[in-house]
Amino acid sequence: MLYFDHAATTPPLPEVVDSVARTMTQYFGNPSSLHRLGKEAETLLRRAREVIAGALRAQPGEIIFTSGGTEGNNLAVKGAALQYRGRGRHIITTQIEHPSVYEACRQLEREGYEVTYLPADASGRIDPEAVRAAIRKDTILVSVMHVNNETGAIQPVEEIGRMLKSEPRIVLHVDAVQSVGKLELYPEQAGIDLMTGSAHKIHGPRGIGFLYCRSSIRLTPLLSGGGQEGGVRSGTEALPLIAGMAKAVRLAAESLRDNRSRLFRLRGRLVDGLEGIPGLKLTGAREEDRMAPHIVHFTFPGVKSEVFVHALEEYDIYVSTRSACSSGSDEPSRVLLAMGMTPEEASSGIRISLSAQHTEEDIDLLVDRLRAVAERLRSLHRQGGTR
Amino acid sequence: MNADLILLRYGELSLKGRNRYKFEQALLDHVRRMLKPHPRAEIRQTNGRVLIELNGEPYEAVRERLGRGFGLSSFSPVMRADLDLESIRRTALEAVRSMDPAPRTFKVQVRRPNKSFPYDSPRLNHLVASYILPRCPELKVDVHHPDAVLQIEVRDDEAYVFSQVVRGLGGFPLGSSGKAMLMLSGGIDSPVAGWMAMRRGVLLEAVHFHSFPYTSERAKQKVIDLCGRLAEYSGEIRLHLVHFADIQTRLLKEANENLLITLMRRAMMRITERLALKHKALGIVTGENLGQVASQTLPSLHAIGSVTTLPIIRPLITMDKEEIIRVAEQIGTYEISILPYEDCCTLFVPKHPSTNPNLHVILQLEERMSWLEEYLAEAVERTETMVIADASDPHRPNVSDPMEQLL
Repeated sequence: MLYFDHAATTPPLPEVVDSVARTMTQYFGNPSSLHRLGKEAETLLRRAREVIAGALRAQPGEIIFTSGGTEGNNLAVKGAALQYRGRGRHIITTQIEHPSVYEACRQLEREGYEVTYLPADASGRIDPEAVRAAIRKDTILVSVMHVNNETGAIQPVEEIGRMLKSEPRIVLHVDAVQSVGKLELYPEQAGIDLMTGSAHKIHGPRGIGFLYCRSSIRLTPLLSGGGQEGGVRSGTEALPLIAGMAKAVRLAAESLRDNRSRLFRLRGRLVDGLEGIPGLKLTGAREEDRMAPHIVHFTFPGVKSEVFVHALEEYDIYVSTRSACSSGSDEPSRVLLAMGMTPEEASSGIRISLSAQHTEEDIDLLVDRLRAVAERLRSLHRQGGTR
Repeated sequence: MNADLILLRYGELSLKGRNRYKFEQALLDHVRRMLKPHPRAEIRQTNGRVLIELNGEPYEAVRERLGRGFGLSSFSPVMRADLDLESIRRTALEAVRSMDPAPRTFKVQVRRPNKSFPYDSPRLNHLVASYILPRCPELKVDVHHPDAVLQIEVRDDEAYVFSQVVRGLGGFPLGSSGKAMLMLSGGIDSPVAGWMAMRRGVLLEAVHFHSFPYTSERAKQKVIDLCGRLAEYSGEIRLHLVHFADIQTRLLKEANENLLITLMRRAMMRITERLALKHKALGIVTGENLGQVASQTLPSLHAIGSVTTLPIIRPLITMDKEEIIRVAEQIGTYEISILPYEDCCTLFVPKHPSTNPNLHVILQLEERMSWLEEYLAEAVERTETMVIADASDPHRPNVSDPMEQLL
């Protein structure tokens, strides 16, 4: 079995599973309880928060635990929009955001906010100048992702962060779900006010994530309740998942540099292999520093991506069409369309996402199988389509 | 400060005549324990001096640890010079310049055990001072009351230059006075009493009485934290946790209210004595302070203390509360002691405890408590023992932090 869908989710590390299981049995107290079990749980919660804050070079009080990337993005976008609506009602985001940002903005539009959705260039990148040009007097929020979950294109969030330093009334949110643990990005230093992360993309447990919230920023909570997480996110803390996430974040941070260079080597090998396959078009920029180390995307115009996925499945190889959250729909990819692709191209995208545990042999085998599948589908396609 | 060595001095030890050797060894053992986090540092004994060779270990960190060592009257960071005039002069200048605060007056004091060195002491004294003075224009010589004494010791293979004198804690090296049990409540006084006994060379094991569920787990944690502070002076400390609720509630039912405290304290004292015998300790240290509370009047101390024949050490007995608090702040136990958790001494406190308990009545009462002996034996039996490590030692061995492993 070869699993190349690490951008969708990753298998949890044994250390993480152990950490979750042991926290469940040994620290089941409610951190808010007065007794010893509560006290211990509270201590563990505090220390987990410190670990994650440390990895982001942030203060522990700036970390809000959430149920994952979707909640983090919703809390950031809606929480900031509601909090600062007195300043204005204009939001800038992009056409390539994850649905949890994109749809949250759509919802805000229905509530009377105005949203500018910036397109990407052919390489899948947002132009920071376009962000600058879109700023209005009533702009309160800019939300741009760090690494696009479909193409792997890195967005210039640090440039945007620098630019917005002179616009203190605008809150900058970055969806870093695909880049945490892969690329170094320290929000405080980068001028980012809100930054979303998720544990299960970095071999952590599912159902848990965090939102970095700069200490000077206030968010309107989406949930009413007992006032946990500084009142921003009520609900009994999911301590086992939080401990597991801290473990995963720590391990990812410790091996980030090694893993990154390893992934870039593997990625380079894969890209070289793909370039030799006829009919297959690589997506994104050629420059290594413009693309995330763990994602390779290509299109195979004329063949629906779903067909390609199932054909590879016969070899026990698992890849993805696009954001796992949208891959059920039959529509062409919104992200690829935003990059100027034709509907036919935008319906044929394939995403391969790597882990640092992959070997060069794995990559070679994948290229081999991709070549075979491509050849077979191309001939079918010539004989009258694949449907 | 660029120290190569540290010169150790011990005051009272020199009074100890034939036992000197034994005490010196106890001191060296203690210093060795204190230096455990600095494995490169070595202890050397030469020419009647005890020196620590730092071998690259940071002086500031080692100073910090020596500052918590009992038995040292003072110590000095030492810089090393080659056996030639130039090197001695340059090192001496560096030593003067690194003094903080900068001295306004100084004098040079030379010792020359190495008689083959070409300059004798007065000559070298003059040669060093005349080198330093023009280079430190603010500095003057004062042979009577100098701010700093720059000491130079010319030895067979090298010279030592030192001037700073850091005061040590004094007292006797830990363990040189044997072992005692400390009755540790969690309040302000008992940790201070323990520390003062430790300074007198007593190795301590702590005994704490808890009355779970009437006292909370946080109160127990508080005592563990207090032991962690004391362990900063001893490397580690053993803590015996005695389950006292059964005895306490039974006494509450049967005893005259105004004698409850006396009876409780007598039971605690008896349990502590038994633990002392079990763990080969020959004394009991308490934080009792004359007149502070009803159980600390002379009649009360007599009624409570008469249950044991072991010496009861009461370091705080005549101190003022302010003095006690000052020491508690200095040794870092105050901030822990004032955390507001109920302990078993503040629990079920009668409105009017007797300040003058009648020992005759007490004895008669206890006579009728046929259950008491069994309860005492069971409390000793059920006692839980833990070893508390020095919280400030980053290299502390075998400390398993279960949370650390989870994160």
